[in-house]
Amino acid sequence: MTPSDSKNSSGTSADNLKAGVFSSNEDLEKVARRLRRHIVTMIGRAGSGHPGGSLSAVEITMMLFWKILRHKPSDPQWQDRDRFILSKGHAAPLLYSVLAECGYFPVSELTTLRQIDSRLQGHTDRTIIPGVEMSAGSLGQGLSFAIGVALAGRLNAQDYRVYALLGDGECDEGQTWEATMAAAHFKLDNLTAIVDNNGLQLSGRNSDIMSLEPLNDKFAAFGWHVFDVDGHNLTQLLNALEKAKKVREQPAVIIAHTVKGKGVSFMENNADFHGKAPDAEQLEIALKELA
Amino acid sequence: MAEEVSLRDTYGKTLVELGKKNPDIVVLDADLRPSTMTRYFAQEFPERFFDVGIAEQNMIGIASGLAASGKIPFASTFAVFAPGRCFDQIRISVAQAGLNVKIVSTHAGVTVGEDGASHQALEDLALICSLPGFTVIVPADAIETAQVIEAVAKHVGPCYVRLPRAKLPNINADGYRFSIGKAVTLRPGKDATVIAIGVLVGQALEAAGELAEEGIDCRVVNMSTLKPIDEAAIVKAAKETGAIVTAEEHQEHGGLGSIVARIIAKHHPVPMEFVAVKDVFGMSGKPNELLKKYGLTAKDIIKAVREVLKRKG
Repeated sequence: MTPSDSKNSSGTSADNLKAGVFSSNEDLEKVARRLRRHIVTMIGRAGSGHPGGSLSAVEITMMLFWKILRHKPSDPQWQDRDRFILSKGHAAPLLYSVLAECGYFPVSELTTLRQIDSRLQGHTDRTIIPGVEMSAGSLGQGLSFAIGVALAGRLNAQDYRVYALLGDGECDEGQTWEATMAAAHFKLDNLTAIVDNNGLQLSGRNSDIMSLEPLNDKFAAFGWHVFDVDGHNLTQLLNALEKAKKVREQPAVIIAHTVKGKGVSFMENNADFHGKAPDAEQLEIALKELA
Repeated sequence: MAEEVSLRDTYGKTLVELGKKNPDIVVLDADLRPSTMTRYFAQEFPERFFDVGIAEQNMIGIASGLAASGKIPFASTFAVFAPGRCFDQIRISVAQAGLNVKIVSTHAGVTVGEDGASHQALEDLALICSLPGFTVIVPADAIETAQVIEAVAKHVGPCYVRLPRAKLPNINADGYRFSIGKAVTLRPGKDATVIAIGVLVGQALEAAGELAEEGIDCRVVNMSTLKPIDEAAIVKAAKETGAIVTAEEHQEHGGLGSIVARIIAKHHPVPMEFVAVKDVFGMSGKPNELLKKYGLTAKDIIKAVREVLKRKG
């Protein structure tokens, strides 16, 4: 794809407003509950998966796909789409639920999670499922990938924006900070990172395993514009995401404070449900709580 | 002795030529542009050149994002760092993701010289050949290097090109035409075949010349594409000459020798000998001293050919 090709095939900004660009007026609280039901159901049925970090980032991801991203489910490769890059690849059930609800593939396919020959792999695979930008699963790689996508957009004079969702535990990885340094160096104001700061990682509290705080100060020291929000508060998320678009000459990060396992009482703030599926009884309780 | 030419220098200049023709060519480096010779591209196309600093993992990730957005990224560093330092990034973000990233690593092998073991990649081919979908190429001279770089730019899919630090004499004729996956017979022969890559191809030709004087007719094959490998050329050599010697500036485990042995074992078993580094790390020294120390010279190839002929039926 050359810069001239991209202009020819993607058309003018007026075209972007044509039918096909995703929009929805549905009550978002309802959508969030439905996404959570999908997540626990698909993981429960699969018998394995990562509910905790999927549930914590529901509002973040929903607000992006419902309110912020310019995207066309009927044309996942649309050249002017905003890019959503899931770096914490174990939150695949969340992304699959969001993509299915947006119409990238049938909601009925969600039940195939982690089954043999399914497109819904345990961790995301960009080569087989529409709407997934990046193959992930080994942590710390998404922000680097997002920088590449943002640099390409700048080179092509395309105005798409790039959003990368990172886990807080993932910030233990050195590559995350290599990328943090580079994004600021390249002054990537078309890039926004969101950290799902749920405070827990696989084996316990971040503060016990590997301290990340002061996380905001770290990003600021690396040259990022930092927003700090309640990651379950739709208004705060929307405000920060809108403001992040207007930051110039530097990348923006939204540190979203969340609750791991949010929405299911026995999963909330419980590191055991980082990577454990609910059994049949637990699933029933979870679905009642999310009704 | 023919004039020696830098393969790295040829790489850098070829990138500039490609960059002029194709605006989608972009180049990344990790603070080694004067060594990998991406500096020529950096000077010519600063807006398409990204130095990520000393951060190879990030470089590979950025390259994958650029490739996913339609660019043709060439990422360069030393062969100890890519694939060595960023193997997981290459595995997930490039190979599994099926992205069109070109990794061109320089300073492979003991001919790095004085920098010593930490800087002498002897296991990179084993690592990178283990990844599904990768095309792996080791040019033997500057003439081949230029064509290899053009070929990988055209090829859609992840590629690894391994270059030495040392200058090498041109062994291919001016009219040489490289194509991916095609071995080249540089010298015909019927008694045994030496299959070589990179720095060792020149040594193999020298060895064959000396062996001819004692009446041993040795075929020399340049197996510059290690993956996908030219199975037909290997099987043909086994059938027609009945004895194979492989020669590479790499660990014996997992390199050219292992790959050729697998194909020979399956299709036409014949005696084999392996000229390679024998499960040790390198050390500081002059390139020629090191080749000698680790048994990677024409003399070592001659010895290996004599050995393999003893076992030939």
